[in-house]
This record gives sequence, C-alpha cells and structure tokens, in this order.
Amino acid sequence: MHIMYFTERPYRHVPNDEVIKNGFFGIPNKHFDAGKGSQLLNEYLDEKVLAEQVGFDGVMLNEHHDTAFCMGSVMNVEAAILARITERVKIVLLGNPLPVVGNPLRLAEELSMIDMISRGRLVAGWVRGAGSEQFATNANPGYNREYFNEAHDLVVQAWTRPGPWRYEGKHFHYRFVDPWALPIQKPHPPIWIPGLLSPETVIWCAQHRYPYIALATFLEPTVELWNIYRDAAAKEGYQVGSENFGYLQKVFVAETEEKARDLAKWDMFGGAGIGYSLFGKPQWMFPPGYNSKEATRRVARQFSDPNSSAGSPFANATTGRGSNGASVAESQIDFRTGVWQEQQIDVEATRKQIFETFPQVERSLQVICGTPRSVIPKIRKVLEVLRPGIFGFWQNDGPISAEARTTNIRLIAEEVLPATREIGKELGLVSPFDVQPGSRKLPDSGVPESVGSLAPLAS
Amino acid sequence: MADEARAWREEKVAVDGTSLIVERGGAGRPVLVLHDELGNPGWLKWTRALATRRTILIPLHPGFGRTERAEWMLSIRDLAGFYSRYVKEKGLAPVDAIGFSMGGWIAADMAASNPTQFRKLVLVAPAGIRPPTGDILDIFQVMAPQQVIASVYSPANTPEFGELYGGPMLPEQFEKFEEARAQTARLAWTPYMHNPTLPRLLGVAAGLPTLIVWGKQDAIVPVSTAEAYRQAIGGARVVTFDNCGHRPEIEKSAEFVREVEAFLGE
Repeated sequence: MHIMYFTERPYRHVPNDEVIKNGFFGIPNKHFDAGKGSQLLNEYLDEKVLAEQVGFDGVMLNEHHDTAFCMGSVMNVEAAILARITERVKIVLLGNPLPVVGNPLRLAEELSMIDMISRGRLVAGWVRGAGSEQFATNANPGYNREYFNEAHDLVVQAWTRPGPWRYEGKHFHYRFVDPWALPIQKPHPPIWIPGLLSPETVIWCAQHRYPYIALATFLEPTVELWNIYRDAAAKEGYQVGSENFGYLQKVFVAETEEKARDLAKWDMFGGAGIGYSLFGKPQWMFPPGYNSKEATRRVARQFSDPNSSAGSPFANATTGRGSNGASVAESQIDFRTGVWQEQQIDVEATRKQIFETFPQVERSLQVICGTPRSVIPKIRKVLEVLRPGIFGFWQNDGPISAEARTTNIRLIAEEVLPATREIGKELGLVSPFDVQPGSRKLPDSGVPESVGSLAPLAS
Repeated sequence: MADEARAWREEKVAVDGTSLIVERGGAGRPVLVLHDELGNPGWLKWTRALATRRTILIPLHPGFGRTERAEWMLSIRDLAGFYSRYVKEKGLAPVDAIGFSMGGWIAADMAASNPTQFRKLVLVAPAGIRPPTGDILDIFQVMAPQQVIASVYSPANTPEFGELYGGPMLPEQFEKFEEARAQTARLAWTPYMHNPTLPRLLGVAAGLPTLIVWGKQDAIVPVSTAEAYRQAIGGARVVTFDNCGHRPEIEKSAEFVREVEAFLGE
C-alpha cells in the first residue's frame, strides 16, 4: 500500500466570520497578509519534509484559486521545491486543473522538470477545477470537459512523441512542439485522478487505466463507484485490483480523545465535503456548462425546491409571486440593493450549526479522530470496505496551530502509520507501484470481481 | 386560443446539417426574430400583435434547448454566419429582423458582415458593444433566477412578466435556463458579451434603416450602449422608454409594438 500525507494548506489567519459569510470562494483578499502567507508556505513545505522523515511514502499536493482554504495557487511551484528538498517520497499532484491552466504545453514542461529534479518521483494527476476556478482563471466553463480531454491528450503526447511536431486542435494550437524538458520516468510519470465520485470521470479513468482517488467521500457511494470502475475496466478487458483505487481519509490524532476532537471539529471549516451551503455560493460552484446534464438536473431539483434551500439567500429568488411568502418584486429589490449577494445569514447560528454537525460526520467515518490507539480500528474498517492500494492521511485543515499540526503528524507516524501498513499487508492491498494498473487478467468466466464491499460495515 | 394554436406552428429547417427549429406564425412579409440569452419565452403580447400583419419567424438557437447544439460554433460570429445562411437559403433576403439582447448582437454581427441581407433592423437592448459607461451584468456570476429578475425594472407593474415567471420555478424551467446559459457561455464568455471590433465593423452598415430600442433602467446592458450603437450604424435612430428595464417588449409592450410597427411599416 502507498501511504501519503495531505493537507489543504489553509491560510489559517482568515477571520472565521468571513469563512462563514463567504464560503470557499470570494473572501476579499484584504484579509490576506503576505507576511503571514510567507510564514505558512514555509511551514507547509517543512511539514512535507517531516512527513518524509517519519515514514510516509508520498506527499500529496492540490491546487485551488482565490481561496483561503488552500494556499497552493500554483502547486507546481511547491512541487518543484519539494523535488529538491525531499529525497525519497513520491510527489503526488492531485491534481493540476487541466481546463484552467490555459497552456498545456507549458504544464508538460513544468512537470517534466519536476520529474527530472526529483529524479523520477513525480505522480501527475488531473482535475477539472472547482466551479469557482473557472471564474478565478477566466476559463470558459462551457468547454471544461473538452479542455480537459484535449489538454490531457496533448500533455501525454508532448511527453512521449519525439518532436518537433505541429499541433492544431479544437481549443489549443502549437506550431512547434519540441520540449527540451522530458520526464525521466518512461513512457511518462504515473497518472492518478482524484475526484468526488463523478461516474463520467471514473469511467474515463478505467478506460485509461489510471487509478482513481476518492477524496474523503461517503463509503457507500464510493463502493458503488468502485463497481462502475470495475465494469468499465472489464469492458477494456482487465480485472481491477486495489492498485486501481485510492482513498483520502481525514484523520486527527492527539494525546487525548478530547483534544483530538477539539482539533478535528475545526476541519468543518477546512477543505471540501461539508455541504455546498458552506462550500461556496451556488453561482460560483455551478457555472453554466460546467456540469453534466445529470448534475445540472440535481442542482435544478435542489434549486426549485424551496424546502431544500433553507438558509440560502437564493431561496426567495427561485419563488415567484404568491408562493412561499416571497414575491419576484421583493427578490428584485434584494437584487438591486445587493442584499442577495451579501447573504443575510446569522454568523453565530451558522457556526453553531456547523459544529453540531460534527458528531454525524464522525459517526459516518468522514473524519476519524482520537488517540493513536482508538483511530486504528476505524481506519481498518475503511480499508476493509474500500480496499484501496493508495491511502492518504488528510489532516490539519482549519485554524490549527503549527505545534498541534506537527504533533498530529508525529503521533500518526509513530503508531498509526505502521499499523495501517500492517493492515494493508494483511488485506493484500497492493499499490500501483507494486502491480501495474490494468495488468490483471479477467477471470475465465469473464465476470469481474469487486474490490470494495459494504459487508464489513455491518459487523 | 384555438385560432392561435392553429396560427402558430413549428417547422424544422435543415441549415448546414443542423435541424433548426423555427417557430412560425402570422401572415404577411416575414420578420426574423432572434431571441435572447435565456431562450425563446414563447408567444407574447407583442408577437401576437405584430403577427396580425407580418409573418413571424423565431428560430431557436442551436444549443439553447430545443435545437441541438452545433459543436463547431464557438462564437457569436459563427451563429451569425449560420443565420446568414438560413436567410439566404430560405430566400428571405432582404429581411426585416428584430434581435433581443444577445440576439441583437447576432443581428448586428450579420449586418456588419453583409448589411444587404436586411431590409430594416430593430435592435432591442443588444449586447455586442462594450458600454461606454457601466458594465454588462455578468449573468454567469448570478444564478438564472437573479438573471430573470434583473431583466425588468418593475415586475409588479408588468403582468406579463408574472405570467411568464411567477410562481415557483420548476426544475424543468431551471434546466432550460441552464442549457441556454451554458450555450451563451460557450459563445460569449470572453470577451464577455461583446466584440471589441464590432463598432468599427458596423461602419459598413451605414444607411441600413435601424431602430435601436432601450429601457432607460436596463440592469443587464446599460442604456449608455444605445449611443455607441447609434454612432456605429450611420443613420440609426434610438428610442428609449422610461421606467423600463432590459425587456421593453414585455415591460412596455404597447409602446414597443407601436414603435416597431411604425418603423417596419407594412
């Protein structure tokens, strides 16, 4: 099993009220102090070095734009530094947002340089970018999927096809492709794809034999998605194994249960996965054309049901005259005065509500927290259900002090990491570095076997 | 209503491999209507009034829901070229045309490319030119309901607006809006809702009889743009309505019909 360390690298000094009022995207950057940012970025790089020293196999980075939740605005900058200041760990980029990068050929060059400087430790990965990132980078959301596919094909070609050659695509054009920066790993670095369970993406991964990494998703739908991957892989003529799957699990440990819980609850303000009401305003998370028809249908149902949008400033606007107490005219007054943009929410009540959700999040194993001893059986449960060959410890989101962050990493490394590795061995969980994804033969019956199973949840 | 149901019909026209759906009604010399970025809202008071003396043709833009998306189209220029072909192949030229908002931009682009395909042109709060003062509302940074709400100045005094959009928004309606907005994004994401060279390109349309109609309180495309259009199209005339937003055809329906009929003639 490949075990890695991940944190969103939050800008920890953002006022919590601003997070509650704005969510993931759109907090005015007057709240950003570059001096504090400088300190944090250096701390986060040091943490990766520490993660290597204490025994992690990989360090994972991600990228987001215009948000306090993640300071990795250009993840390749961090990756390039880590390529030089670490020696052993894989540098796992999950992922570069292909549709918003704008210049995929330059991306291919950057990643080749990172691979060479790290002497072949790069794992490349791709994402579509959150809805908000289409605004932050002015990438047309209506072509998000087309950009993704075309940029992917172009990067892989730039890495593998001897130049010079000319490229004329639909969205990208290069008259001379002949990069003098090529990956040291041949034919190219491993590619893994992270995601939040879009079936479209999972099928695409299976077709390309790329491992799929679920980002702290609920266990039941994750098993369902594993099965979608399994079936798509069978169509391609191969049997899936643990090497095709990865999972990111939020784990917080401390010396006592109470202390761990106290840290973990702040995660509710950290990365993704806590409901769109807090994650971001809908106009930024669902730009036109960004979603598939299916996903748009889901949003449409949510948007047109006044009961489901309770607490949303947009609820009134979706109702017309004579219904639900709000008229078009009233909504329009709100629009003119900008009230709907400001979101008339009660910050204190919302904060309370967010913390009150925490026990539920803990019960569903979305966040595992406790002493090193108490978290191990819970991690075992997750591994038994999903059987991933790649396992990421996701931690330290939210306003957690540098000291508490380091303690968390050390405590995990001392007891939890070795135990996790043992459980992985016992369950036969092999990583993509042990078994080439897509290399297993289908059973003679032609019926593929499942990797995940919900059965262990019942026990 | 029964008479109307007979009068209005839908036809499919093959244009460059796309099966274009055209809503058709009325009788007399044809008027081509190019709908806005939210899609064709259906038959309204103004269309019914105009249809008593003119044939009205409303093609449903490819990718806006009913007519399938044509993947080759990347810009308003592409859509304008597509409609030029429709006008030519159906023998409509020189045709009278009315374009609303983004549809006005399409019409303006057609005029900039070949003004002789039009006899008379009505542009209603057209996008396409960057406003000299103010900005075009970024409809992609608001959800569809806010976009709809922003399009009129006084919904309470506009019964037809209530008939169209009152009551809870159904998921189907929301999906239709999203489809229209997605295709608008594909065509007009950047430069946003305008073409920086359009004012110069429109120089060739000087002398084309053009009526520019605008609501003074337009919250989508600022009324300042009316003057920019007037200067770009030599000889164009501007009519503005007070207490009126982006959709004078709904908000000032009677006045709108009077102006348009007077301008187009028989």
